[in-house]
Amino acid sequence: MPHPAEIRIVSRRFGNPEARTLAGYLADEGYQGLEKALAMTPEQIVEEMKASGLRGRGGAGFPTGMKWSFVPKQSARPKYILCNADESEPGTCKDRLVMEWDPFSIIEGMTIAARAIGSRQGYIFIRGEYRYLFAIVDRALEEAYAAGYLGKNIRGSGMDFFLYTHSGAGAYECGEESALMESLEGKRGLPRLKPPFPAIVGLYGGPTVINNVETLATVPHILRGGGAWYAAYGPPKNGGTRLFCLSGHINQPGVYELPLGFPLERMLQEVGGGILEGKPLKAIVPGGSSTPILTAAETAGLNMDYDSVARLGTFLGSGGVVVLARDTCMVKFALRIIRFYRHESCGWCVPCREGTHWLAQAIGRFHAGQGRPADIKLFEDVASNILGRTFCPLGDAAAMPILAIVRKFRAEFEAHAATAACPAPAALEPQSA
Amino acid sequence: MPEPPQMVNLTINGRPVQAPAGSLLIEVCRANQIEVPSFCYYPNFSLQAACRMCLVEIEKTPKPQTACTVTVTEGMVVKTDTPVVHQARKSSIEFILTNHPLDCPVCDAGGQCELQDMTFRYGAAESRFEEPKAHRDEQQWSPVVYFDRPRCILCYRCVRVCGEGMDVWALALGGQRGVGSSIIPNRQDHLECEECGMCIDICPVGALTSGPYRYKTRPWEMRHTGSICTFCGDGCKTTLGVRNGQIMRGDNRDKSGINGDFLCIKGRYGFDFTRGEARLRQPLVRRQGELRPASWAMALEAAAQGLLAARQQQGVGVLGSTRLLNEEHYQLQKLARLALKTNHLDHSRSADLPGFLAALARHASSSATPWASSQDLKTAKAVLLVGGDPTQEHPLLAWNLRWAYRLHASRLYILNAGDIKLRRQAHRYAQVAASGFDAALAFLAGSGAAPAAQLTSVPPAAINTWPITPVSPISQLPDGLPEFLAALRQESDVIIVFSPQVQAAALASLVQLGASLPGQTRYIALAHDANSRGASDMGLYPGLLPGYAPLSSPAAAQWERLWGGPLPSEPGLDAAGMLDAFNRGDLDGLYIVGANPLRRHGFDAAPGRRKGFLVVQDLFLTETAAAADVVLPALCAYEKSGTLTNTCGEVQWQRRAADFEGAKSDLEIIHELSALLGHDLGTSSPERIFQEIRAHVPGYDVSWVQLHSGAGALSHLPPQSSVDASPLVRISATPWTRSADGLARGQTLFTDGELARRSVLLNSVMERHETNDAQ
Ligand SMILES: Cc1cc2nc3c(=O)[nH]c(=O)nc-3n(C[C@H](O)[C@H](O)[C@H](O)COP(=O)(O)O)c2cc1C
Ligand code: SF4
Ligand code: SF4
Ligand code: SF4
Ligand code: FES
Repeated sequence: MPHPAEIRIVSRRFGNPEARTLAGYLADEGYQGLEKALAMTPEQIVEEMKASGLRGRGGAGFPTGMKWSFVPKQSARPKYILCNADESEPGTCKDRLVMEWDPFSIIEGMTIAARAIGSRQGYIFIRGEYRYLFAIVDRALEEAYAAGYLGKNIRGSGMDFFLYTHSGAGAYECGEESALMESLEGKRGLPRLKPPFPAIVGLYGGPTVINNVETLATVPHILRGGGAWYAAYGPPKNGGTRLFCLSGHINQPGVYELPLGFPLERMLQEVGGGILEGKPLKAIVPGGSSTPILTAAETAGLNMDYDSVARLGTFLGSGGVVVLARDTCMVKFALRIIRFYRHESCGWCVPCREGTHWLAQAIGRFHAGQGRPADIKLFEDVASNILGRTFCPLGDAAAMPILAIVRKFRAEFEAHAATAACPAPAALEPQSA
Repeated sequence: MPEPPQMVNLTINGRPVQAPAGSLLIEVCRANQIEVPSFCYYPNFSLQAACRMCLVEIEKTPKPQTACTVTVTEGMVVKTDTPVVHQARKSSIEFILTNHPLDCPVCDAGGQCELQDMTFRYGAAESRFEEPKAHRDEQQWSPVVYFDRPRCILCYRCVRVCGEGMDVWALALGGQRGVGSSIIPNRQDHLECEECGMCIDICPVGALTSGPYRYKTRPWEMRHTGSICTFCGDGCKTTLGVRNGQIMRGDNRDKSGINGDFLCIKGRYGFDFTRGEARLRQPLVRRQGELRPASWAMALEAAAQGLLAARQQQGVGVLGSTRLLNEEHYQLQKLARLALKTNHLDHSRSADLPGFLAALARHASSSATPWASSQDLKTAKAVLLVGGDPTQEHPLLAWNLRWAYRLHASRLYILNAGDIKLRRQAHRYAQVAASGFDAALAFLAGSGAAPAAQLTSVPPAAINTWPITPVSPISQLPDGLPEFLAALRQESDVIIVFSPQVQAAALASLVQLGASLPGQTRYIALAHDANSRGASDMGLYPGLLPGYAPLSSPAAAQWERLWGGPLPSEPGLDAAGMLDAFNRGDLDGLYIVGANPLRRHGFDAAPGRRKGFLVVQDLFLTETAAAADVVLPALCAYEKSGTLTNTCGEVQWQRRAADFEGAKSDLEIIHELSALLGHDLGTSSPERIFQEIRAHVPGYDVSWVQLHSGAGALSHLPPQSSVDASPLVRISATPWTRSADGLARGQTLFTDGELARRSVLLNSVMERHETNDAQ
């Protein structure tokens, strides 16, 4: 159920099964963005994107228009458009809704992107576990090809664009853009050395734009309504709305589209219906498991946009807001997080491979009651030695939350070290969205 | 001339430094004596940035950067000695050690381990890691390669040297993600590969160890001598680790010599023939039909008597070796000519060098140096490879060709009868019938029609890439000769590498082709065995003196003056002629040094069936030695000093590494025998003899410094207009495979004449491959 505070742009078709068909999509203002784009020059499309202030919804928040503008006009090798549908960051579950309810918006967005950079070919790289989505997306692709929205000479415009789905095989790292390309090329999912960046040397060595599902699904709306219209929804440089995935100890977990800059307090109380069992808030993870945690006190008066969150030393990331109520054991929470990253470290570089393993082993021992006060400093040291020293950002993604949890909840770790068993009352089981 | 690189100015630790734009920061630091530790960085292979040992601080970048991937730019300000950098190194070591077993006391790499060294230099004193470590059993992947996974630090050097360097791609990163990652072999639980051992020696720790060496000894218990490999004609330097006079290990870890990093399986592990039970430790003399042990004095006396008697009758022949040192070749031909007074003298020939020199004299513009060194191949702009299969027969040259392709975008043109592995690097490939080189080269030289009928396309399935399955099948069809020629004509700096398949008339076409190309053309003549080139240059020919001087040339008189004796003027019998004549009873004596021609060319020297006298000098009781009247046990190349000339003409100094009781060097034997035959050869010091060679054999006036520095001194043999280029009979045209009698014949990666046949390790590798193939 949409919440009245929501502004439904990228989620406007959620809940409408008709929109999964081309006819239903067209009936709901589908393909109006492409129609406009076909009448524009590539430069004009990029300008419109820049004006929208849209920042990537995959995690890094890089301005989308600028990313597109890096692609060279001329290229000996084919240029590619990739949709990153690997959605694997714990706490994040929005892209799957876009694929489930509005697959054509992704196809349309990618076609517009293809026109903007002069690409003839694209892939939607879908997380392997999202098996059920392949049927939906593939059917939409088929319909689009059949109706001339994909393939040769799209709608008589002279533009060719071929789009395919490709399945991931269950590795979080394959959501990292260069590892995704390796995987797509049939290799082990290891990240690539940068530079060169994908815009110059990407898939199969060709210039490549890679964007998140939500980012691409937003593109048609921007083209249709105009960059300025979209930008007006958020504070300056934080244009538009985004999908927030509310989960954890919250009464109404779910995915909500809210304008950037929406107050966190309202997000929890109004939109999310308040903390589970009416308990006091302990902390929130603002943008997926890799973003440093915020204590309840820190979140006072926080508005959820890129820049406000960044001022607190953390990130809006992938939009996964995880709510933790008072009784949560933070040692256990840290353990959950580090076990995930140990499992997902690709193993390429030393600090991440060895550091996540070390931390997972040590925090596991600590939580199981064999901790010593000296361990707390060790956790901090090991995490700091991962931070900023790894090949790709996964190392940071593992280190940042651990550092924040240990530093912000040190007393809890000390209490843990002093007793053999977890001192927290039986923790609430967080609900999944 | 290549453009001089553009220079940039940067500051490292406050010091202004200049460096070519685009160089890697780690190289610039090292060139300026600024330490930057590394594990995964390895020059000339792809960049990994995996170990994070090389982190440095660069102004205006927020995080420490990997010096192994950053290229220097103008105005860059670098710091390598800050607390952040020191701490980062320490932490990298600490991370690496978390899962490392620290079994240094029993590890083969102990004392030679980069991880030990780095821990000592940059690491923490104590470990803070107290969690349990995973144990995993060591795995044997092949007769050569063992893998101890917990020791592996995942630097991916092995993966790259095998893939990028060897073009074998037998190792990869596999297993699970994260700490489950592991190096894996290409056949699930074992390797199917060239068994070069490159991965083992490049491993910075003791994760990859070698079957022949593991747990045998420790590095500091050995004496290390830089020797020259005695197998193929490439002349790699192999550092022999010797304990108690026995060779325990071969490697080239110091990367010196003409081969740098490279060694193939034979150079690295084939030395075990030296300690075989089969080595002869005592002279043997035939009495009452039986070969019986004898003293050196008795045996030499018997040999001399027999040969002198034969000389009085219908004459004696001398069949030399292709593995003796230059000084030995040189003195052996003196023995034949001055003591036995005969030109019945030859060796097992492969390259037709006389034919080539004659062709050069006739067709090439003589001014430029026509020879290319093995190093020249590494940076060649273009290479034309005619015949042969360097991967099998000349592993170093194949490595260099791949190097040139990979790092210098060299264009390789291949003209071959078969599909050779190097075709993967070929810019153009044309196929000719095995008998079609003459016609194909005549066409390329502009004096013949395109032999179109000989061009066939080879279906990818038939492409011979044994023992490696190609990563991607070669789908490209061969080029037609006209296209091949058109492309070749665009080149202006070509090195032509030709195999023994190109002989006589074809050589004339080859040189004509070379002369017709714009710019300079240089050559490499491929010959089998460690010192065929030396045997040839030193005059082991029935009609040619050292330096290819014909018997009747003015040079002959000069040699007579130098040697102080008259030279026989009649041309002698060649190898096949001698063997035939001996068989028929038309030759009464044969002195065979380091060759085993029995049962080839119908040569059957069984004592009952011949009337002539046979002396054989060898390391082993070969089939030929077993048939001899006197057997003289010789030392192998690793047990003596002197010079060798590789297939490119590079002269190198061989240093004695090991000892062997009971045998004598060929040089000593030749000298003692010659004296008994009535001709004193003078000093038997290899240095003094080489002085003489250096002063008098054309092309051998090489620099002493280069000779002793290990850089390889390229000899500059001049063209020889007076050499008769008529076809020469050879005796070494043998198949490449192991034959039913177990004789490893010809040259492949794993076979190389008598020596390889006696190597337990090489045999075990071949058996393993045979079983794998059968499965
Ligand atoms: C370890 C790791 C995992 C990532 N996983 C995802 C993912 O699942 N989905 C995604 O869209 N971006 C993911 N990213 C971010 C991508 O690398 C990339 O920045 C993004 O796809 C760009 O799209 P955007 O500009 O539209 O945000 C991940 C990054 C890292 C370092
Ligand atoms: S930080 Fe290193 S080990 Fe971790 S995922 Fe990235 S490359 Fe792999
Ligand atoms: S021995 Fe040589 S060919 Fe075999 S895996 Fe090692 S590097 Fe590769
Ligand atoms: S086996 Fe040796 S060379 Fe290979 S990755 Fe491991 S440590 Fe590096
Ligand atoms: S040497 Fe630079 S990361 Fe390994």
